Amino acid sequence: MSHILRIENLHVAVDGKAILRGVNLEMKFGETHAMMGPNGSGKSTLGLAIAGHPNYVITEGTITLDGEDITAWEADQRARAGIFMAFQRPVAIPGVKTADFLRHAATNVRRPDRKEGEDLIPMRDFRKELKAKMSQLKIDTEFARRYVNDGFSGGEMKRAEILTMAMLSPKFSILDETDSGLDADAVKLASASIAEIGRDKMGLLIITHHDKLLEHNPPQFTHVMLGGRIVETGGAELARELHDHGYERIRKTYPDAEAANQEMLAKEEAVVV
Amino acid sequence: MSTTISRNDLAGFNQAGFDQMLDRRIDPVWITQARKDAWSAFESMGWPNPRDENWMRSDLRGFKLDRYQPIDETETQSVENAPVRLLQGVDVGGSLRSENGLVTLESLDPKYAAQGVIFGSLSRCAREHSELVKKHLHSQIDIHVDRFAALQAAMWTDGYFLYVPKNVVVDKPLHIHAAMGDGKVDLTHMLVVLEEGAETTILFESSSPSDDAGGFHCGGLELVLNARSNLRFVGLQDWGCGAWHFAHKRARVGQDANLQWTIAAMGSRFAQVDQQVALVGPGASSHVNGVMFTRDKQHLTYNTIQQHSAPHCTSDFLYKAVLQDRSRTVWRGMIKVDVGADKTDGYQRNDNLLLSDNARADSIPGLEIKADDVRCTHGSTSGRVDEELIFYAQSRGFTRVEAVRLIVTGFFQQIFDRVTIESVREALGVAIARQVRQYE
Repeated sequence: MSHILRIENLHVAVDGKAILRGVNLEMKFGETHAMMGPNGSGKSTLGLAIAGHPNYVITEGTITLDGEDITAWEADQRARAGIFMAFQRPVAIPGVKTADFLRHAATNVRRPDRKEGEDLIPMRDFRKELKAKMSQLKIDTEFARRYVNDGFSGGEMKRAEILTMAMLSPKFSILDETDSGLDADAVKLASASIAEIGRDKMGLLIITHHDKLLEHNPPQFTHVMLGGRIVETGGAELARELHDHGYERIRKTYPDAEAANQEMLAKEEAVVV
Repeated sequence: MSTTISRNDLAGFNQAGFDQMLDRRIDPVWITQARKDAWSAFESMGWPNPRDENWMRSDLRGFKLDRYQPIDETETQSVENAPVRLLQGVDVGGSLRSENGLVTLESLDPKYAAQGVIFGSLSRCAREHSELVKKHLHSQIDIHVDRFAALQAAMWTDGYFLYVPKNVVVDKPLHIHAAMGDGKVDLTHMLVVLEEGAETTILFESSSPSDDAGGFHCGGLELVLNARSNLRFVGLQDWGCGAWHFAHKRARVGQDANLQWTIAAMGSRFAQVDQQVALVGPGASSHVNGVMFTRDKQHLTYNTIQQHSAPHCTSDFLYKAVLQDRSRTVWRGMIKVDVGADKTDGYQRNDNLLLSDNARADSIPGLEIKADDVRCTHGSTSGRVDEELIFYAQSRGFTRVEAVRLIVTGFFQQIFDRVTIESVREALGVAIARQVRQYE
């Protein structure tokens, strides 16, 4: 399979504030990309803009999937076209069982032209498949009966996101800090799961501060984001360098981007305060 | 000057109309007398005072009684295309259907009839089982409480009567459907009497021929649960969104008896429902679930009272509302505990989910406790639907409408978990799903 996700000159604003200032990125099916960068540089914004969050307004540039311009598409159209994002902090949906949620989601994604009200995947087939995936990911089957992300621990949430990714088998997955808030063992389990589900079976964009996730998922490309732009792209060795030595060199090499980053951080803090 | 001759020369809801009705009907003498008393009560009262706590959030200005006409009992009523939703996959033990307030269909499994169960038209049963009906009819509803109660007591046309003798278990649900034509009236009354140890399930639903049909429903409901009896009662109110809906609903639960009461309110432009459960014998318990789902300019008011008159009783009321468009709901809950009703366990909760900035939900919980040793808790929440939830579901391939439907269904799940009848859970799920608006 050859699928291409192409991001060209992407500018994104949130609440009227510019965050991304011209991001270019091309990913092919089967590739693993690492997206690194200091806080506030725009990594998650890029992920949410690709996923189609309505508050992340694309003011300039395009996102194309296999040559089709999806810039103006709703989030559900993108999901059905094969875009997936594992969220850093997935929301809980009380009263909705994980199994029911995934069954409906998987039906829609596998049958993109499904109309509302049409049949879902047969319950028996779905249960069998879900059970198999859960045992592959070492997730307790009791999980399926719990409400979506409701009362989940940090580790459970991340694993639920990976399970969702496994059930939806997207063309491209964005993993937003799937390692954050997890202890060492949980990170190990999560990265092994990502490798098992994702490697060579989709394009992976791994947003992370650390290199632990990348040990199991060595990237072909490492991108460094600063001030809403990708300032440098390298191989796996770049990820290692950033992990060992931090972003000092990057900040010094790209003073304009660093200034933009500081400006965004200041605004963010002002909003928080 | 033009003159309009009203249909069939029927007078309206006035003295002439009342007299005509008495002439048409064949009622036992005691009923005719009760009607006359109620009519003079109606005549002596004004319309509800907007300063009255029960009515201060209700707007009756659009209601004109003279737009409606009493039904002629001598004519056959027929209302077509009023949907039935609670029967899917249910094997019923009996059914009743009323059209414009007159019962047009009655059936009861002979095995129950052989055990002494009575299930049929209230008008007919009042003639054939006069003493039994007399003992209970309007025994719980104070006809002086407001003008609608008085009007209903004076001019009820027909209704539904169920009597289950001592220790008889009606193991199949009994179904009742009230259909009201566009612009018509439904003045029905329901009377249910369960003797000691009796058990049954009632599925009651009301509907109109179209979503926007109008009409005037003024109803009464009385449930009498004697000691150790058990009643599951489900009511689905799905009148057209042009209808006015007024009702007084009362239950009286005896020693160690149990009432599970689920109310789903979907229809009507305006509803004013007073619902009261009185726990009158030690160990009585009641679980009440309320679902409201509104749209357009619907305005639904529920005033509920949990009356604890005996010790060791339990009442548990959970009301949940989802509001769309410019609709409005009012929920007033009151737990009243009488002197001596010790070891009372009372709970009430109302949660509201607003899908629109223009919707409004009023929630007024209250406690009135005169006993010392009680446990009463109450609470309420109201909030907007979280856009992050919608985005999350959309990012998993749900359309926006599917996402909203999912969140709404999840919101009501707590109620579904308390409904023990699977077919009812499914029917409520379908009714809820179809109520979700298509958003652009």
